[in-house]
Amino acid sequence: MKILVLISNVPDTTTKIRFVDDNKAFDTGGVQWIINPWDELALTRAVELKEAGEVEKITVANVGRSITEPTLRKALAVGADDAIRIDAEPKDAFYVASQLAQIAKDYDVIMVGIEASDYNGAAVGGMLAELINFNSVSSVSGMNIENGQLALTREIDGGQQKISIETPVVTIVQKGIAIDPRIPAMRGIMMARKKPLTVAPAIEAEERTAYVSFELPPSKAACTIVEEDNVKELVRLLQEEAKAL
Amino acid sequence: MSILVYTENWEGKFKKLSFELVSYAKALADKLGTSVTALSIGNVSDEELKQLGNYGASKVLNVADSRFEALDNKALADAVANAAEAEGSQIIIFAHNNLGKALAPRVTVKLKGGMVSGVTALPESTEPFIVMKKVFTGKAFAGIQINAEVKVLTLAQNSFELIETDNNANIETFDAGIADDVFSTIVNETNKVTGKVLLTDAEIVVSGGRGLKGPENWGQLEELADILGAGLACSRPVSDEGWRGHEEHVGQTGKIIAPNLYFAFGISGAIQHLGGVSSSKVIVAVNKDAEAPIFEAADYGIVGDLFKVLPQLIEEIKAIKA
Repeated sequence: MKILVLISNVPDTTTKIRFVDDNKAFDTGGVQWIINPWDELALTRAVELKEAGEVEKITVANVGRSITEPTLRKALAVGADDAIRIDAEPKDAFYVASQLAQIAKDYDVIMVGIEASDYNGAAVGGMLAELINFNSVSSVSGMNIENGQLALTREIDGGQQKISIETPVVTIVQKGIAIDPRIPAMRGIMMARKKPLTVAPAIEAEERTAYVSFELPPSKAACTIVEEDNVKELVRLLQEEAKAL
Repeated sequence: MSILVYTENWEGKFKKLSFELVSYAKALADKLGTSVTALSIGNVSDEELKQLGNYGASKVLNVADSRFEALDNKALADAVANAAEAEGSQIIIFAHNNLGKALAPRVTVKLKGGMVSGVTALPESTEPFIVMKKVFTGKAFAGIQINAEVKVLTLAQNSFELIETDNNANIETFDAGIADDVFSTIVNETNKVTGKVLLTDAEIVVSGGRGLKGPENWGQLEELADILGAGLACSRPVSDEGWRGHEEHVGQTGKIIAPNLYFAFGISGAIQHLGGVSSSKVIVAVNKDAEAPIFEAADYGIVGDLFKVLPQLIEEIKAIKA
């Protein structure tokens, strides 16, 4: 079984968010880039399954300029076998999914995080599945391979289901697929330098959405502090002022 | 031309979020001079389907086809796209939840549309079509313009009020026209959480962090949640330590919630935690560290010992509920 893990290159989750160009663009100055946390969990599970002998090969892929290569190298250090970077500015979700559709058909299972922590789009996985006519399973929180068959756990509103599905399939994964992301060991980092990272050209594709403005949330009013032994007052405020009880 | 809304039922009963979606669609339809069609897939009584009219649907397409119970993403997306085409809908609205996130991108591609997920309000403008959403996990807002004729939106939970109308919905049986071989998802086992308030539906959420010191101390939190009819949640370290299950983890990588009232006990409020709860209408924090970042996000706070606060709070809430 061959697995493709899609990797989004995102700002570290502790990044202070600022905008430039009259609030029309995200300020990338001084930003540390990381593997999108959900994609990192997907990759971790893929590596675990490979170590268990169920997976033949793991490829990681992203759409991005050369600035994103350290993130792909990190994915190789975690345990992917090779990497593909499609050389384009990742614009909207449809544009990105169209790029990935070029390479994705060669895999049995495609894994992608449920969203990216920057634009929170939650769209690329489903769009890609539709473009290449694969089925998809979303909110996947567990994956096993039993006798070459995929056994998945998915979250539904108010519970969980164990399902089976034929490959090829796109799995859109969330927390639970792996608990802690795998941190690359020194040996993995050394090996990653020699693993193949292919750069593929972009194809023509539509952009159907565009970011036109950004703004920071209005600053919140100061917190009203109540004394520890005056919980009665807190309850009164919640009832009368906040009307939340 | 009507706006199509994908509604979800829970064992034959609509969830509140479906009424939110219909209310939102109705407000948008009024702006655009069109109407709302709701799509219902599942075994739902006519009486229940009529409720969608109370929030503004003028037509309900009813697909009572048990093959869809396995929630096969491809088959469901094909069914929604067929309904949209039958209605000539150019705007399709889903909830920003498990199923909405699964289907909206597929439907977008099928209808050659543009999609925005996690929309928080009615469009800023409809010509051009610009909607707002949160980005960077709640740390900023963005305006996004859709440049395609068909627009697909997923609406963030609790971002639109229910609006009752005196509409009367026409209920029509709809044949989604999906062949058997499209369905390939096989459900082997379903485990539903019973007897607990669902976190993503809860109006009030009671949440505990490392400040609770251990899983044995959750009794009072459970009691408080019980009296309030609240959902129980926890911070990431708590679920990573295995004190509580992962299904209770709220935060950037866990569940993202937006209740009316969020109680954070012994949670310092790391930026990743705030990402998952900052959309709550009112946040109450109890923490012994006055410098904890949770107090910057909170509306009300107590700097003190949560083990002293909890029993008092339980008594006070009992008194007002009595």
